[in-house]
Amino acid sequence: MAGGKEIRTKIKSVQNTRKITKAMEMVAASKMRKAQDRMRAARPYSEKIRQLAANLSQANNTEFRHPFLEKRADAKRVGLIVVTTDKGLCGGLNTNVLRMALNQMRQWERDGVSDIRVTCVGNKGLGFMQRMGAKVVSNVVHLGDTPHLEKLIGPMKVMIDAFEKNEVDAVYVAYTKFVNTMKQEPRFEQLLPLTGERLGTPDSNWDYLYEPDAKVVIEDLLVRYVEALIYQAVAENMASEQSARMVAMKSATDNAGNVIKELQLVYNKARQAAITKEISEIVGGAAAV
Amino acid sequence: MALSVHVDVVSAEESIFSGLAEFVVLPGEVGELGILPGHMPLMTRIKPGAVRLKLLNQEQEELIFVAGGILEVQPGLVTVLADTAIRGKDLDEAKAMDAKKRAEELMANRSAEMDYARAQAELAEAVAQLAAIQKLRKKGH
Repeated sequence: MAGGKEIRTKIKSVQNTRKITKAMEMVAASKMRKAQDRMRAARPYSEKIRQLAANLSQANNTEFRHPFLEKRADAKRVGLIVVTTDKGLCGGLNTNVLRMALNQMRQWERDGVSDIRVTCVGNKGLGFMQRMGAKVVSNVVHLGDTPHLEKLIGPMKVMIDAFEKNEVDAVYVAYTKFVNTMKQEPRFEQLLPLTGERLGTPDSNWDYLYEPDAKVVIEDLLVRYVEALIYQAVAENMASEQSARMVAMKSATDNAGNVIKELQLVYNKARQAAITKEISEIVGGAAAV
Repeated sequence: MALSVHVDVVSAEESIFSGLAEFVVLPGEVGELGILPGHMPLMTRIKPGAVRLKLLNQEQEELIFVAGGILEVQPGLVTVLADTAIRGKDLDEAKAMDAKKRAEELMANRSAEMDYARAQAELAEAVAQLAAIQKLRKKGH
């Protein structure tokens, strides 16, 4: 029987692979729900702080103007925060984000941007940026399944400080936006300086009383706002990761099923051929006697 | 019915409290603050400590611990933006330095020029693989 044993072994191995991908699919599905909840849980904070920042940008024109709100003429040095996942096996998620970031970086280079600094969130982006030789100024890896703001503060501060010290003129963020379970979109957004459309229109026009004084409070608030934006991006990225992984693993499981079906067919045919051959040999032998 | 303000306590990771209160006590940066309905617009930093809320038409008080943050008061609305971690200039600075050092160590051993061509090729390959898988899947069904 030609290759019967080999085919059987192959079927077994594909079956094992299918078990693993199926398990990964289910794990991703349960993590996805949690990641989505966390993403939603972060929304009230960013919504509130956005409103506050919008109120401030209006109310505070005379007293003190924060550098975050100041538009700079020509961005010749830029910072880029790339949010990717730590682990692979999630379809084209990271590839799409990185490709977009790369195209943007090329564009910048063509436009005469002399200095591009990169902050990487997630292993995949870090590995990629290092291989291509980008200037990585800080990074966060191994975030786990829950994004903790505490882990993000340090690396983000490196970028925010660079902006405050005028070492970069603009900061952008690239991440994957969660649209729904089947759809995730790579996004590229300007983070600093804060733009009017991002802040939206203020819902009220209060003249606040600041304690201890306007400068400290506004500075604290804006730094938190920027952090909240990054946190939101990371949370969205995580929800995207889990759903992308779920979809990828589902299709892997389906594919494994198809492969098994085909192999089974080949195996049955081989077995049938072997039996037929044996019978004809016996018949041939009997006829010869 | 007693006068009340709407109070929201939110942190970056979750919404902690949202509801009506008659009286709010917070640890402000320059001292303890008591806020009654109709307080004038105020914005201040708060220190790590307890936020005490006297809920509307209820005897007991609600206690929420915050690790600092920012307080915003509008006449009918009190918003506490709570931090999830204890913050401080030195602490943040230390974290940033740490992150910088790690990045510099990583930067130490690598080629100087940005290798666009290689990166592009790498991505193109990944995209091609994905496209091939998609095509295969379509054929299979």
